[in-house]
Amino acid sequence: MHGRPRKDPRPKDAAAKAAHLHDLQAQLLQNHRNRTYTKEALASCSKLLEINPEVYTPWNYRKLALQHNLDGVTDPDAVKSAIEDELRVVEIALRTNPKSYAAWYHRKWVLGRRLMPVEFEREFRLLDLLLKADQRNFHGWNYRRFVAKLKNVPDEEELKFTKKMIDTNFSNYSAWHNRSALLSHLLKKKSQGFDSKKNTLTEEYELVHDALFTDQSDQSGWFYHLWLLDQTVCLDDPQLISSWPTHKSDLILSKSNKIDGYQLFPSSNSSSFSLLHTGTFPIILYFNKAVKNIDSSTVSVSSLFVTNEDLNWRPLSTNNSGEACCWVTFLTVPEENCSSSTSYPVEVCLDRYKDIVSSNVSDCKNPSKFTFTVTFRSHSLEQTSKESVEENVVWNYVDICNPQESPCLMSFDQLSINGDHAGEGFKWNLQILSNEIELFREFNDEDSKFVKLTLARLLVAHDLMVPNGSHNHIKSHSGEVLTLYDDLMKLDPSHKRYYEDEQSMVLMDQLTSDKDSLIKHCWQFDEPTSSSFHRQYCLRLNDLSLTRIGSVKNILWVQMLDLSHNKLHSVEGLEALQLLACLNLSNNQISSFTALEPLKLLSSLRVLDVSFNMIGAHTIDTTRYLCSSPLSHTLDAKQLNVGYEKETTEVCDRWEVTLLFRALRLTQLDIKGNAVLNEKFSVLATELLPSLKWLDGKRVR
Amino acid sequence: MGGLEEEKHARYIVSVEKKKDDFEALLIEHLRMNGAYWGLTTLDLLNKIGAIDVDEVVSWVMECQDKDCGGFAGNLGHDPHLLYTLSAVQVLAIVDRIDVLDIGKVSDYVAGLQNDDGSFSGDMWGETDTRFSYCAICCLSLLGRLSKINVEKAVNYIVSCKNLDGGFGSAPGGESHAGQIFCCVGALAITGSLHHVDRDLLGWWLCERQCKDGGLNGRPEKLADVCYSWWVLSSLIMIDRVHWIDKEKLTRFILNCQDKDNGGISDRPDNAVDVFHTYFGVAGLSLMEYPGLKSIDPAYALPVDVLLSSHVPSSYH
Repeated sequence: MHGRPRKDPRPKDAAAKAAHLHDLQAQLLQNHRNRTYTKEALASCSKLLEINPEVYTPWNYRKLALQHNLDGVTDPDAVKSAIEDELRVVEIALRTNPKSYAAWYHRKWVLGRRLMPVEFEREFRLLDLLLKADQRNFHGWNYRRFVAKLKNVPDEEELKFTKKMIDTNFSNYSAWHNRSALLSHLLKKKSQGFDSKKNTLTEEYELVHDALFTDQSDQSGWFYHLWLLDQTVCLDDPQLISSWPTHKSDLILSKSNKIDGYQLFPSSNSSSFSLLHTGTFPIILYFNKAVKNIDSSTVSVSSLFVTNEDLNWRPLSTNNSGEACCWVTFLTVPEENCSSSTSYPVEVCLDRYKDIVSSNVSDCKNPSKFTFTVTFRSHSLEQTSKESVEENVVWNYVDICNPQESPCLMSFDQLSINGDHAGEGFKWNLQILSNEIELFREFNDEDSKFVKLTLARLLVAHDLMVPNGSHNHIKSHSGEVLTLYDDLMKLDPSHKRYYEDEQSMVLMDQLTSDKDSLIKHCWQFDEPTSSSFHRQYCLRLNDLSLTRIGSVKNILWVQMLDLSHNKLHSVEGLEALQLLACLNLSNNQISSFTALEPLKLLSSLRVLDVSFNMIGAHTIDTTRYLCSSPLSHTLDAKQLNVGYEKETTEVCDRWEVTLLFRALRLTQLDIKGNAVLNEKFSVLATELLPSLKWLDGKRVR
Repeated sequence: MGGLEEEKHARYIVSVEKKKDDFEALLIEHLRMNGAYWGLTTLDLLNKIGAIDVDEVVSWVMECQDKDCGGFAGNLGHDPHLLYTLSAVQVLAIVDRIDVLDIGKVSDYVAGLQNDDGSFSGDMWGETDTRFSYCAICCLSLLGRLSKINVEKAVNYIVSCKNLDGGFGSAPGGESHAGQIFCCVGALAITGSLHHVDRDLLGWWLCERQCKDGGLNGRPEKLADVCYSWWVLSSLIMIDRVHWIDKEKLTRFILNCQDKDNGGISDRPDNAVDVFHTYFGVAGLSLMEYPGLKSIDPAYALPVDVLLSSHVPSSYH
């Protein structure tokens, strides 16, 4: 019941009307039960539907009656008259309620039976009437698509109709929607007149500008503009945009006897990077969009010490789709190679790149490859490795300073294909973007949130198409974008946290995509303590008001990451950081264990600080359906039953915490300052994390 | 303005049940099964379900079942349909009496409505709509019989209804609509398929449903309506973007739609109340963690404790 005033005076004949309706309904149900399909019975049914079109059983009854009454009838006039009756009842019902699902379907059902040729004129007339009365009636639009399909009306014709509706009234989201759907069909088919995406899009931009600048507060055109922007920048085919190890890098591996220890050494030479984890290291591929079919047949890894076929590639995603932006495989170096000090070249090549596809079934168009070398060092590390894993890592920075030299492992310009982004093929796209940017900058002095938001999006899209590395003369616009989002938060405080999230992504990009800026956030311990963790570079992105993670492709090399004192409520994206050993997420806004799901994919993670967050503080879990759980059929409930002791089951979010901790191999966990804690939690944590040595600064094993 | 009138709303819901003969009640007589679900869920969220005679509810629900096909009708004498079959199963779940069902028969009825393209018909007459995909998937999941359908095809059909604004329509090409989005996102959530959703794009479209008055609308340039508090909020929660709206303003909007004298919640301030909007108002407040209300699950639209007892091994709750 919509739009009826609360203090609606009852009409005097209310009781009589109710009694009449009651009788009609009772009659209908009786006729239905008795299968009475006489003229009188059908007439009474029509009266009922005129008053109450949405009640579904009478429509079913009419279908049965039609089937019954036309059974064996060959006289075309009799058929025609019966069909006419049905179409008329629908029209009468729609007059009472033009949004009646049941009435609309009845018409589709009757026409769909093709008992007589469809009078298309009549159907389009009916539609004109209804869409004139309510331009946004989505039943009407659905029905129009149905009739157009039945008549085989070409998409081009229907496109003209959307133009006609838009010209009548710019504020018609339904028409814009239909236009976007029709156009993307036509563009995909490269139909005549739509074979140049550039020309089509240019015309559409002109059309939508008229709408946007007629009424800047109307949403309809803005959503359409966003779609055009997406069409302008979208690179259909997936591309490899980052990797670890990076192209032309030198890796120095050192072997120690520790089974599960992590020993890391600052390398002597600034173009190399070293790590060791029981002779195993990852190769990470990062694509611009989620792809599938990464395996040893599509990607080949050539080196002297591994057999490509033995490599197992894994998508880094928290769902079961088999698709991800980021893929990893682990190379294990055979014992005999570890003692030599030869350098081994490794080549990674996307061999059958055409088989690597994204969810929109576009395949990779470019072959990509990168090479790096691995050098084995046999020198002993005993003096640092002895206590390393035993020690509680304290995140204080008293002893650290910015390193003299850069960590040298950033992935700038590492892939030879990168330069092609801004190649000839993208000239017109960039030209359109520049024109739009210019236009919206002109209008930006007016306080329209959509102008500002669109300008911000255009600038981000522009920067994305022109990576810093390849075109140094074009400055990044991130400063301007950050200011736009600041303005938006003031202009439209209801959506503040949307703007914060967008701003956070831009800020992350600004901090990490430029070598000079990144170096300011890289720290190294001045006087290394005995802990091996303190010997690596720590990327400190703390206290920056970040709300979400972005641009991980730029920091795939990170092993120690400090994200404390931000406003993070999500850690999505961190799953790509396969080298990450120490992570500080303290003093953020993470509100559940399920929100930490991406950490399950970090096989190197040993030290985790999630203290002073909001885990357990909320009754509604916003990430429950984004992680494996029995509720989404991504986890067999029986798997949960493998038990722990009864007395530890008093913790809230039990199954989530069980699943998370079982997947982690932490030696150190800091979790104090969260609502979830009670005295039993530490027992549970210790039980679920057999490798745990330190919990909230206390030694547990 | 004051808070939520729990007592009055509970009394209103019980009273509606008794007014069967006025014109408005007759207009919706055919969907009493939905009404039972809305009413009972509201009472449960308000912690007031104790007043209900469970046996009476169960026997009426079972009387609405079609003995031949196993589906449920909206009321006695009406035809079976997926819309009411889901409500019937949800009602039985709330009163913890799923055991009265012949689960094989009910799930056969639901599974039998899947079409070759993966879509679902609402009943034997063949109307297809993504609403029915949700009904079927939610219902079968509650019955533990999701394996009876081709889930992959069902998911692919829903994905084929995805629009360029990130939302979903009732059929391929259909315009995005918050109610339809709930159905599609809900079905994808229950089948572990939310990776098909562009969460940032859809999240922005959904958060732009918040109007100046704080309420949410269902499509661009439409008026706010309490029922979208449910459709939009639940979708935003499932895709982890609910922080993009202003919850305080929305809470105020819903509370302003209460009939403070006689109980019940309406679509907009000062309009006539009904059970439908009372349920969506209370459920919306529950999704925003309004104090004193039970939590509702955004995908199954059932109180979380009801859901956990059917889906998670007993040692966990």
